[in-house]
Amino acid sequence: MAKIILDFERELTEIEALIRDLKERENLYNENHQDQIHELEKEFESLAKKTYANLNRWQRVQLARHPDRPYTLDYIQQIADTWMELHGDRRFADDPAIVGGIAQIAETGVMIIGHQKGRNVKENMIRNFGMPQPEGYRKALRLMKLSEKFNKPIITFIDTPGAYPGLGAEERGQGEAIARNLFEMSRLRVPILSIVIGEGASGGALGIGVADRLVMLEHTWYSVITPEGCASILFRDATRAPQAAEAMKVTAQDLFDLGIADRVIQEPLGGAHRNPLKMAEILKRVILEELQLLKSFSLDELLEQRLNKYGQVGVYEE
Amino acid sequence: MAKWYERTEKSILSDDKKEIPEGVWKKCPQCGEIIYYKELARHQHVCFKCNYHFRINSDHYLVMLCDGGTYKEYDAGMRSGNPLDFSDPIPYEEQLAAAIQKTGLNEAVRTVESKLNGMSIHLAVMDFRFIGGSMGSVVGEKIARIIDRSLEKKFPLIIISASGGARMQEGVLSLMQMVKTASRLARLHDAGIPYISVLTHPTTGGVTASFAMLGDVIFAEPGALIGFAGPRVIRQTIGEELPEGFQTAEFLLKKGFVDAVVDRRNLKKSIDEVLKFYYA
Repeated sequence: MAKIILDFERELTEIEALIRDLKERENLYNENHQDQIHELEKEFESLAKKTYANLNRWQRVQLARHPDRPYTLDYIQQIADTWMELHGDRRFADDPAIVGGIAQIAETGVMIIGHQKGRNVKENMIRNFGMPQPEGYRKALRLMKLSEKFNKPIITFIDTPGAYPGLGAEERGQGEAIARNLFEMSRLRVPILSIVIGEGASGGALGIGVADRLVMLEHTWYSVITPEGCASILFRDATRAPQAAEAMKVTAQDLFDLGIADRVIQEPLGGAHRNPLKMAEILKRVILEELQLLKSFSLDELLEQRLNKYGQVGVYEE
Repeated sequence: MAKWYERTEKSILSDDKKEIPEGVWKKCPQCGEIIYYKELARHQHVCFKCNYHFRINSDHYLVMLCDGGTYKEYDAGMRSGNPLDFSDPIPYEEQLAAAIQKTGLNEAVRTVESKLNGMSIHLAVMDFRFIGGSMGSVVGEKIARIIDRSLEKKFPLIIISASGGARMQEGVLSLMQMVKTASRLARLHDAGIPYISVLTHPTTGGVTASFAMLGDVIFAEPGALIGFAGPRVIRQTIGEELPEGFQTAEFLLKKGFVDAVVDRRNLKKSIDEVLKFYYA
């Protein structure tokens, strides 16, 4: 399998490869390399700790986009006991860039909706790299209304480089579709939990991201525009995206500090893609905690808090 | 020695060009007609030959729509902070100061209470001159507050949009203003109070994807560019030229996303009809 390795991951990946080799030799030739393996594992851990504690914002954006990172359906598979995907917006089409369906997690019925990226070129042709058409947002809204009808909480997974900027998308009202979701989600009479698992770009992310609680994984980003988009407007040069990422303060920690994210979840050492099973396990625990928390409020309290949560955002002088 | 016909004293030089006071004549960018400015103003800045709608600022809309040109403005002094310490390529504070200097406004939207043909209204008018009419904390907050006032007084709300979208310099805080405004509009909707959205050139990005597209009735000015993604981004994505008339007001009418394309000279009358439907 061709692996994509980010610059700052290279050394770690090399150590990982050495460990793998040694383990293989142990198996194949009945050799003993325990001391060496142990030594290398220690080296890996200390190097990884050092590297990941000092990532700059652009490096985190790169991690959020890592092609080996778990996507929505990967998490659903690990977290949900049962899952049935539901398709279509009942108006025009089914958009594979947003998936949604009914699930059970620890005997709780939930509606799960999320952006879905593809793992390879063929998949991405279908998933459109996780960039939804208006139908995706309209399907999401249909499912959310369904969840409201059955009085079940909604979990959304956010992972998109943006709503698709194409001819058809504009023709069929991309702006209206997103606006309608913001409008309706703000008054849905069920708890909504949103989790940023990768990229959160602009209105395309927000279109399924209005929530009572916003949780972000450690190596994710969320902002008003992609760093590339920002750079191409501000500097007329998309390659200055790293600078734009710094300027816009896009990381999970930034959003927590700005009071937008309610919680940041630590990822396994080296990021979610190095240990997806562990990541899913952590995520499941967090989801159950969050649902428990949301259950402690009455619906009226919840709606009031939701309105105030967004009403308070902003910095101004009078 | 200087030639006898060259004037040496500055004081006796006459002006080379005929003195034309700034802005007396305007050329229509669509049909090329040269129009006397006062004539243009009388026609609400619409070319009387080809109906081209010149871009006008918030003052013009306020005078045009408010009875007697009078209104009570809210939150006029509200100004943006610099929550992200944004300083690329120039400090955000400087950019704001320049916009304030240029427009005489403190932000990209003005919110007022007034009367339209005797009927009470709340009106928000965006001003594209102020950092492209972009929505940051102040625009979001002022829109949210005028919606709240409409809820309280039960006055119909009219918002005239002109915006490049959410403001990058306030990052994710700008993005969240989309929810702030849309969530308030949901309350207004539930209370049965009308909201008329007027889309002018251009209305794009986060403004399109929030309050602009949520009107009970949506009007658009002829020829206005309206969309979510900007034409440049779409062109880059699809790698070809956009079809003629794509993302214009007329295009949106045909696709079912606006109720009517309204000539600016009829805007007040069109709003009046909706208000009468409400008040009748």
